[in-house]
Formats: sequence, structure tokens, C-alpha cells
Amino acid sequence: MAGTSEKTINVNVKVWRQKNKNEKGGFETHDMKGVSVDMSFLEMFDVLNERLINEGKDPVAFDHDCREGICGMCSMYINGRPHGPKQGVTTCQLHMRSFKDGDTIVVEPWRSAAFPVIKDLAVDRSAFDRVIAAGGFVSVNTGNAKDANNILIPKDDADEAFNAAACIGCGACVAACKNGSAMLFVSAKVSQLALLPQGKVEAQQRVLDMVHHMDMEGFGNCTNTGACEAECPKEISLENIARMNREFLFANANEKK
Amino acid sequence: MASSKKLDAKIPDGQLEQKWSKYKSTVHLVNPANKRSLEVLVIGSGLAGSSAAASLAEMGYKVKVFCFQDSPRRAHSIAAQGGINAAKNYQNDGDSVYRLFYDTIKGGDYRSREGNVHRLAEVSSHIIDQCVAQGVPFAREYGGLLSNRSFGGTQVQRTFYAAGQTGQQLLLGAYSALQRQVGMGAVKLLARHEMLDIVNIDGKCRGIIARDLVSGKLERHFGHAVLLCTGGYGNVFFLSTNAMGCNVTAAWKAHKKGAFFGNPCYTQIHPTCIPVSGEHQSKLTLMSESLRNDGRIWVPKKKEDAQAIASGKMNPNDLKEDDRDYYLERRYPAFGNLVPRDVASRAAKERCDSGFGVNATGQAVYLDFAFNMKYKYGKTEATKKGIENPTEEQLTEFGQAVIKEKYGNLFDMYEQITGVNPYKNPMMIYPAVHYTMGGLWVDYHLMTTVPGLYALGEANFSDHGANRLGASALMQGLADGYFVIPYTIGEYLADEIRTKSIPTENEEFVKAEQEVENRINKLLNIKGTKSVDHFHKRLGKVMWDKCGMARNAEGLKWAIEEIRKIRAEFWADVRVPGSANEFNPELEKAGRVADFIELGELMCKDALHRNESCGGHFREEYQTEEGEANRDDEKFAYVAAWEMKEVGEWELNKEELKFENIKIAARSYK
Ligand SMILES: Cc1cc2nc3c(=O)[nH]c(=O)nc-3n(C[C@H](O)[C@H](O)[C@H](O)COP(=O)(O)OP(=O)(O)OC[C@H]3O[C@@H](n4cnc5c(N)ncnc54)[C@H](O)[C@@H]3O)c2cc1C
Ligand code: SF4
Ligand code: FES
Repeated sequence: MAGTSEKTINVNVKVWRQKNKNEKGGFETHDMKGVSVDMSFLEMFDVLNERLINEGKDPVAFDHDCREGICGMCSMYINGRPHGPKQGVTTCQLHMRSFKDGDTIVVEPWRSAAFPVIKDLAVDRSAFDRVIAAGGFVSVNTGNAKDANNILIPKDDADEAFNAAACIGCGACVAACKNGSAMLFVSAKVSQLALLPQGKVEAQQRVLDMVHHMDMEGFGNCTNTGACEAECPKEISLENIARMNREFLFANANEKK
Repeated sequence: MASSKKLDAKIPDGQLEQKWSKYKSTVHLVNPANKRSLEVLVIGSGLAGSSAAASLAEMGYKVKVFCFQDSPRRAHSIAAQGGINAAKNYQNDGDSVYRLFYDTIKGGDYRSREGNVHRLAEVSSHIIDQCVAQGVPFAREYGGLLSNRSFGGTQVQRTFYAAGQTGQQLLLGAYSALQRQVGMGAVKLLARHEMLDIVNIDGKCRGIIARDLVSGKLERHFGHAVLLCTGGYGNVFFLSTNAMGCNVTAAWKAHKKGAFFGNPCYTQIHPTCIPVSGEHQSKLTLMSESLRNDGRIWVPKKKEDAQAIASGKMNPNDLKEDDRDYYLERRYPAFGNLVPRDVASRAAKERCDSGFGVNATGQAVYLDFAFNMKYKYGKTEATKKGIENPTEEQLTEFGQAVIKEKYGNLFDMYEQITGVNPYKNPMMIYPAVHYTMGGLWVDYHLMTTVPGLYALGEANFSDHGANRLGASALMQGLADGYFVIPYTIGEYLADEIRTKSIPTENEEFVKAEQEVENRINKLLNIKGTKSVDHFHKRLGKVMWDKCGMARNAEGLKWAIEEIRKIRAEFWADVRVPGSANEFNPELEKAGRVADFIELGELMCKDALHRNESCGGHFREEYQTEEGEANRDDEKFAYVAAWEMKEVGEWELNKEELKFENIKIAARSYK
């Protein structure tokens, strides 16, 4: 039961260290003994950092905030997979019970041209914010809205829009993709808004602007490998990419006309 | 009692129902041409900050937004689960602006301002309209209309939600509005920036000092007005449901430069959180209050059973109905499992302290869905499917599907963290620090006692009195940002149109930056032997033990002395690795914990002076025979607004609370 297991394991953590964007990085290995299996992966890093500080060394820098799988800030590439071995969870929700005694765990930052490393495991994902600024919104100013129940939305559409909107902007899809494509992230926003009547009005311009900006930021092309969907902690579906492609072709054709 | 002369709440005259509309139609306006030369700094990008920044930029002001995370979308508001209240009365169950107003004042144990709370209730319904227009995918019924549920402390269904991710969806709505303005160049975004001081010039707030967290460089920013939307300070307890980065620093720096701090001791302890699992614990996880719609809270009636369950000898599912104590339903039949948070938390503590806790630490109670899963939802679904005599298995199966649809993500999160399947076993929960009703004192305009400096959202003290009702923080954050500040800021800025932007070479900017730099160097140069977390944990334990769910004079006096010792030791022995001119998360933490230590002392001081129990503030000396909170309206119907003289030295100012529309009464949920 929760909190009562006293099981511990020993693991070997091979972690990427890199002083800043410009310097070359490399791996550093740490023996972690007596790790409680109830610990979260990031708590294991807390313990490691506490030790490094006590030894007068530089702790490992990593991004995190909510530790509940919702803010999208944590971002570790664990044993060759963004957010580690478990399906549908973020790094912060991963617990040590997913590892075995004696395991070696290799931890790296997201690697993608569009996400430069800041330090150790922390990367710069501001490209995502800029893609949203290019069109990921409904153009409605504060104070202009009519009564909410004047817009009827079929439950299935609302649910589907919600599923797309559940994206946490973590960037695992980009990190998982051999081309560094951001299609899953961008298509999730395009889909959410295209599915709702409020977003329909601007749908065509939106998809053109967002795709254009995505290309500008240096994200790669999509070659339909599906790695993004497999690694997405929120299980955002590939169908969103298909929907975005349709929207894009349609908008593009209309623009040419 | 009269209010201190230093405090003018500026509540408009007139009938309660007309105060806000009259205010709006008479407030000073700034013409569009002038707006373009007025600069506003918004610190924080949560619901309050994003909504304020987007709205002000739409109106034409020049806006800069700061947040310490790597993107505004990561503000802690993202983690809110259960929902947002609004007096829409879509369910036709008797809701109204007045009822929301009344519930909020009562829920806050009569320690909030009528004027503010009524305004909040009035604008609540526009918030839902605004969010839907932005494309926020709220839950809907099959007919396409918006769906609602109940939250604690109310008898109507006025909570709007998006599965268990309401905060996420609302914040993404506000964030998209914000990014739209960023894209148009109306807002300049400075993510990974931490505000480390405010700059006052000639008695007005004129800017801030911020640190670029990536390069470590200090920056000076001028603004005609500064808005602190920097969230709550629950992390003073070390363990809380707040995100790791939540902190008091921005509010505290403002406090040190003249902003009074209101009701610092009012802390909300949320009844339904996942219990502590061990020493390594870094934070606690909330299980949304919405779960109390369908989950029933219980412990065994007999201590032997509790012990057998705790030691793993008995499976809780095997305990007979008659042997279970549904203590909330027993003590509070009118509200049952949906009593307000403070009441539910204390009741859980009482049962556990009496030896009925159900886990090894003795600090856990059950939140059990089995009954409603089978008999509420399972039955309905069976009927819908035309099955007349469903088996127990069928009921469970059908009911599970409904529960999954409603709370799936929460159930998954619970299983992730505990390794236990909550569809099969009742959840184990225990109260944890969740929200801070206290915060910077603000007037009706949301301005602090420093002219030009505002506080919005959880960072201010305003609307929730001594206890916040569930689903009302999201409402307040968005009310402040979308619908209040766009009006009230005009009142101040209308007089500032002749103020040219002040060059940041001004000596006050230089001085403030120097002070920030000195403090950073001081922290780095201590080179002591203990980590920042070491001190944070110690502080947290003192706060939880002595200034948590139950407080008493003796404990609080001890805590104040102890916190002073922690402060002295911190400044003599903390070890902060690395340097100032680099990305250095430990340095960020060190600055925040230093501020928490000072705040902790003030919280204890406030709790010690308030010789009554109200809402989240429960003083053991002041309780009724049945163990309910004993308020003292004659002596304590005021806001305690603390003015800092120097570190560890404060002066108390009182703002009298007048109740002209609500009869102040004992708060009962029986
Ligand atoms: C787990 C959880 C669940 C909740 N669920 C609900 C719910 O269902 N319904 C409800 O009504 N309420 C809920 N709440 C409460 C509610 O989420 C918060 O009170 C609310 O979101 C606070 O919003 P905010 O905008 O005031 O602050 P936040 O969202 O906390 O934003 C603070 C912002 O300030 C920035 N900041 C802070 N300090 C600095 C600094 N020094 N320099 C620069 N930037 C800074 C941060 O980067 C961030 O952008 C919940 C809270 C928690 C913890
Ligand atoms: S699509 Fe999935 S992996 Fe990509 S940013 Fe969103 S949540 Fe993360
Ligand atoms: S820390 Fe927020 S999603 Fe992991």
C-alpha cells in the first residue's frame, strides 16, 4: 500500500553535464544506493543534488515545477526515451518502482536543433511560445463575449477538442522525432480550435501562420514515423496531424485561389 | 473599532448591488493615444497575470510580462484541477449573484469585505463567457450545453470544469490571449526572469529589478504601474500542493518596501491530498475536491480495525458498512462530504489524532467511491442499457466507466504516485497545505499601500476571508485580471499621463540594483555547510507543527523563537553552489527560502495575535465544546494589515470589516 513499502534499490545514474549552450558536454556517473522505490524520479535527483552540494560540487540543473504531470516543464531523456520507460507519464510522475536493482539509467536533455541546451538537462523551448503567438488563439478581446450557453457544442466535439487541448507543451514529441518535428504539438492546438465553432472563423489563417512559423523556428519535417505519439505523455493522437494536414492543404489551396 | 488611518479600502458608496456598476461608469478613463505611452509591468503569468496583461494590452497599454518558468503557460495555475465557480444558474437550482456572494462571505467565516466579494460574484458569469469565446473546452452535456458540478460549502451546482484539468484549460485560454498580444508586439515577454525588488521613486512604485535566470544578469525595468500576480506562499511549509517554484519573494520584497501584508496566518489546508510517503518527499499532490461529489470519507469505527488495516492484516473493502464511520456525514448531515475545506480537514485530523488513521503513519483516511460507483452510476447506466437486474459485477463495470470519464486523470495520477489502483481500493488521503488566503493588502482598486503597485490573484489577501471555497481561486484570479484591473488601473494612470518614462539610470534604480546584487553575493559567499533545502525543511516542519491545522499560543511563541534561530543559522551556514552569472537554480531557491523564513515569523506573529478561531485559523484555546471554531466578532472582525519596520519588527494596522448586507452569524454546516 502507499507509503508503507520499504523497498529500496541501487542504481547507477549516467547523467549529461553541460555548463552552458556553448560548451561541450559529457556524461558523469553517480552511484545511487538505497533508493526508495516510492521516490519519484525527480526526488531521486533531489537526493543526488543534495549529495553533490554537500560534497562541494555543482548540482545537476534540470527543469521542473508542478511535479504533477501538468505544467510541462520537466524534460528528461531517460534511457533513450523522452520521459522514460512508462507510457503516458511525464518525468516527474515516473517513480523509481519502474526500475530494477542494479539498473544503469542514462539521463540526457531533449536534443533538437530548435531546443538549445541551457545547462545540463535544461533546454530552451521558447520556440513553442512563438509558434502559439503566430496563431494559436481565437481573436477575441476581453469583454466582447456573449452568453456562454449561446454556443452549443456537441459533447463529442467538445471532448475531442479537450483531448487535443490536453497537450502540456513539454516538447517530448520533438525530442522523440528523428527529424525534430513539432507537428504533434502544433497540430494539437490547430485541432482544438478547428473542432470548435469559436475557432472555425480563423481556422484557415491560423493553420497557415502556425505552420509557417513552425518551419521558421527550425523544427524538422514530419515523415510519419509516429514516434511523437508513442512518447507523448498526454497521449495526443496522430489524428491531429492528419487533421492539420487536411486543414493546411485546404487553406493553402484557398489562399492560392 | 475604527480602521487605522493608514488604510483606506476605497469601497465606493451606495447600495451593495450598485457599487461596482456605478464605479465603472464614473471611473477616470485614459484616452487611447495616452495609453500607448503608459507602461505597465506585470509580474507573473498565471491566471491573474496572463488575463491582466492580455486585457491591458488589448486596451492599448504597453505591457511587459515576467515569469520565472521557461514559458508563461507553466504558471502554477496550470495545476488547478476541479473547477471554477460562476453564478450562472444554468442548473436552475436557485443560484444567483447574491447566493454566491453569501456563500463566499460565510465560507470565509465572515472575514472578508462585502464590497469586494459582491463584485467578484457579479463578474463571475462574464468569466465563463470570456473563456468559452476563447475556445476553452469546458465539459458539456449531450445537448451541447455547459455542465456543472458541486463543490464544498455550497448547495448549488455552479462549478464549471474541464475534466480534472480546469486550471490548465483556463490558463491556456489566457495564455493564448497573451501570446496573441505578444505576436502583435503589444506585450513584451520576459520568461525565465525573476523579479527581485521593486523600485519606488518619490513615494510611487516605478519599476522593478529582475534577474535574467539564464545569464544571471540583473536588469532594471521602468513602469508607470507594477502588477504583482505572483501567486501564493504555501511553500513556506516546504511540503504543500503548490508547484516547487511557488514563492513569496515578489510580495515579500514589496512588503519590505512599504506594502502592508494582510492576514498572513490564514492558510488553507486541503482535506484531500495523497499522504506523505517518506523522508524524500518533495511535494504533496492534491486529489481534487470535486472527488467529494462522489467519494465518501470514512475511517473504521473501531480502533482494532484501524490498526488491522494499517498493518495490512485487513483489506478495507472487507470491513462491513456498520463498522465504518462516515464521520462527515455523521457530524454535518446538511452538507455531508461537501463541508468546506477547513471543516473537513480538522475532522480528518481529529479522527487520526484519536487513533483511527488507516495507514502505517496513522495519518490517512479513506475517500471511497465504491458506493456511488455501483449504486449511483452503475444503476443509472444499467437502466439506460435496459438491464433490469444487473449483477454486482455489471454495476461495478458500468459505474467505473462513468467515474473514469469524470475523474480519470486524477485516478491515474493517484495510481502513478502510490502504486495502488483506486478503482479497486479506496483512496487514502490526508490534509495538506494548499492555498494562502493571506497576501498583500489591497484596496478596492487592487492597489497595495504603495501607490502604483497592485496585487492580483492569490498574491493579494482580498476576497476569501479566513477560508476560501473550492473553485473560487480561479474565479478570483480571472476576475481580477480580465474584469477588475482594466477599470481600476485607469483611475491611477489617468493622473500619470504626464509622467515621462523614467530613465533607469535614475539613482533609485541604481541603488535597488546594488542592493539586490549585494544580497546575491552575500548568499554565495557564506559557503557554509548546509544546503538550502535543509533550512527549508526545518522551517517547514516548525510551520506545520505549530502554525498548521491547529495552533496555540505556547506553540506559536516557541515557533517564533525557533524561526529566528533558523534565520540566523541560514545566514551563517548555508551553502549555495555556483556563481551569480549563470543559470543557477540553487541560488534562486536560496533567495526564496531566505524570504520564506522572514515570512514564517510574521505568520506566527499574526496567528498569535488573533485570539479566536476562524476559517483556516484554528486556535486550540478557542473552540466550542463540539470542537468547532469559536470566532470572536467583537474583537477580531478586522483585517490584520502588517507594516514592516525592519526584519522581525512589524506594526499592526486594522481595517474594520463592516457587514451591512449579511447578518453575521455562527457558521454552521450541520
Ligand atoms: C494543485 C492545486 C489545485 C488547485 N485547484 C483549484 C481549483 O480547482 N479551483 C480553484 O479555484 N483553485 C484551485 N487552486 C488554486 C488556484 O490554482 C491558485 O490559487 C491560482 O491559480 C493562482 O493563480 P495566480 O495567477 O494568482 O498565481 P500563479 O498561477 O501561481 O502564477 C504565479 C506567477 O507568478 C510568477 N512569479 C512568481 N514570483 C515571481 C517573481 N519573483 N518574478 C517573476 N515571476 C514570478 C510565476 O512565474 C507565475 O507565472 C488549486 C491550487 C493547487 C495548488
Ligand atoms: S504533443 Fe505531447 S509530447 Fe508534444 S508537447 Fe504536447 S504533450 Fe508534450
Ligand atoms: S514538473 Fe510539471 S509536468 Fe513534470
